[in-house]
Amino acid sequence: MNLLGAVKFPPIENVIEWPAWLFEDSTYFAFNKIAFIHFLGLVIPAVIFLLGARGDGLVPRGFRTVSEGIVNFVDDQIAKPGIGHGREPYIPLLVSFFLFIFIGNITEVIPFFQMPANARMAGPLVLALIAWGMFISVGVRHNGLGYFKEVLFPPGVPKALYILVTPIELLSTFIVRPFSHAVRLFANMLAGHILLITFGVLCISVWSASALILIQLGTFPGLVAFTAFEVGVSLIQAFVFTILAAVYIGGALHPAH
Amino acid sequence: MSVLAQIAQEGLEASDQQNISAASGAGMAYGLASIGPGIGIGYLVGQAVQAMARQPESAGQVQTTMFLGIAFTEALALIGFVVFILLKFV
Repeated sequence: MNLLGAVKFPPIENVIEWPAWLFEDSTYFAFNKIAFIHFLGLVIPAVIFLLGARGDGLVPRGFRTVSEGIVNFVDDQIAKPGIGHGREPYIPLLVSFFLFIFIGNITEVIPFFQMPANARMAGPLVLALIAWGMFISVGVRHNGLGYFKEVLFPPGVPKALYILVTPIELLSTFIVRPFSHAVRLFANMLAGHILLITFGVLCISVWSASALILIQLGTFPGLVAFTAFEVGVSLIQAFVFTILAAVYIGGALHPAH
Repeated sequence: MSVLAQIAQEGLEASDQQNISAASGAGMAYGLASIGPGIGIGYLVGQAVQAMARQPESAGQVQTTMFLGIAFTEALALIGFVVFILLKFV
């Protein structure tokens, strides 16, 4: 009883909101930890790929191996099953999505950051809106305005069922899709962040209570195990977000299937 | 006298009542939201393992499709989690 009374979970604002480092007075340009992580997500892939682009590339080595490995992975595991033929123009977008989201997620377990940038709704929402605008424009560009007809009135459905099918398709494809796409990433990262904080708080409380070291033996391995679990989660969520974007683009590119 | 009896005797303030209903509603929301996706993901992964065991050469394709299916199924539980956060903290 006494032990549990000592556990004080910090309020939610304290674990996801960070003070600004630069431009404190500005609402829109305040630069805090989240913005710094997003900035890293922009710079690190750019450096890897710019360094990898040097040389003639006959024998890949150094950064070229890394960048070719990343592009190959995205092509084989994400673009090929998601889009199929005609996928080449979209691979740069998918690689950028994958690396940006992965860097935003993996900071969850890196010391001194310990905050996934994607646990704030703004980042995933913007990425999901980019994917949303992308697949609609791809659909319109490759199928004309018939794309909307193809999606809203799918061929092969009895005419009377359009009363039911069309509103569902309108809602699920054009309205709910970016929202669910963003919430999937956001809620996963926020849940992981809160999970790690819970175990961290539990460890500190038990340690400072200096009693019942047996529970400490249970909580500390739990913290380590969940940290390892979160490494996997951040990789899988980056993968899932990217492959969903690929599937949406593929569905707009080949609406027949 | 137990703590609960003491609280019952002293009576609750309006803000306490609100906190209690928010906390129990939040717990209920996430608990209910996790039932369906739990069953769904279990079934999905079980079937995927069966498919991989029957046809090991298609394991890569099955795995990709499995992750896709998990992502779609899990969305409901995650929306439940968001509702939990909204009820509890906002």
